[in-house]
Amino acid sequence: MSLQTKAMQDDPTLNPATFWIMDGESMWTQKPSPQSPACSECHGQVNTNMKGVSATFPKSVKTRLLNLDGQINQCRTTQQQQPAWPLESKSLLSMSVLIANQSKGMPIVANQQPETQAALKAGEALFKQRMGHVNLSCAQCHDERYGMRLAGSTIPQAHPTAYPIYRLEWQTVGSLQRRLRNCMNAVRAQLFEPDAQEWLQLELYLMWRARGMLVESPGVRP
Amino acid sequence: MTRPLRTIVTAPPQAKRGQVITVRASAQHPMENGFRHNERGQRIERDILTDFICLYNGIEVFRAKLHTGIAANPLIEFNTLAVESGELSFEWRDSGGLSTIAKARIEVI
Repeated sequence: MSLQTKAMQDDPTLNPATFWIMDGESMWTQKPSPQSPACSECHGQVNTNMKGVSATFPKSVKTRLLNLDGQINQCRTTQQQQPAWPLESKSLLSMSVLIANQSKGMPIVANQQPETQAALKAGEALFKQRMGHVNLSCAQCHDERYGMRLAGSTIPQAHPTAYPIYRLEWQTVGSLQRRLRNCMNAVRAQLFEPDAQEWLQLELYLMWRARGMLVESPGVRP
Repeated sequence: MTRPLRTIVTAPPQAKRGQVITVRASAQHPMENGFRHNERGQRIERDILTDFICLYNGIEVFRAKLHTGIAANPLIEFNTLAVESGELSFEWRDSGGLSTIAKARIEVI
């Protein structure tokens, strides 16, 4: 990441994802319907009670592996009795940007739950699995060739510390899964189904791999 | 899309008379250029900001015309002279004819 991009990320008045945080803040205290509680009625103040929350996801919640978006939708369908927000929708991204932003500067917590260990192993296997027409694994670029160049840009180590990110190329905020789809398209692999466990396993492994690194959500990337 | 638009305005709250001040203004807007298609192949309607105007105590100090080539959530940064205490008002107009106004106070010493 260039210094200019980092400056843009770290100044809330320059980071375009600030608008999504504002959207999230107004949804936080708003009842989705007269009968349903607002997020704030159960969780209180977002800036105190949501601190550090996003740094622990994905994790197993009542035997289901969930990422932050999954947890938000879980709350929405059970507590608020509302239809789940579609993945990559503006509402879901605004809410997850708002929550992730509360953990900015806090270290990512390695998942120690016994019930997620199988998923973690599966995620590691996926990371090392060659795939697609190009027959590349994630590890071949991001473990073995980080720091080298790919089409003019530096290959990063693939630590998902800043998601959801505002990507200048997308001109909008996007999730980690969107970024993963990007890479899979680039190696011409067939994408997993939108609700497949593979996404979560990969996400879990990536977060475990980045354990101890500081959350910087919402990130800005070219 | 929330209307009025969400905006962020940054201007120094205090400045010396005659000092050059840097002002930044950004608005949340998709800047949909009207050439793209959705997943069903239908054209997405054009929806862009067309004008940005900054008034300093009612006097126009900066104006920009925006077109389809400008990226989403445009950030505009410009310099002006601090002449007197008062109000900076920023107006964005979009292709649908709606306008959003944000304001900032400046004190000149």
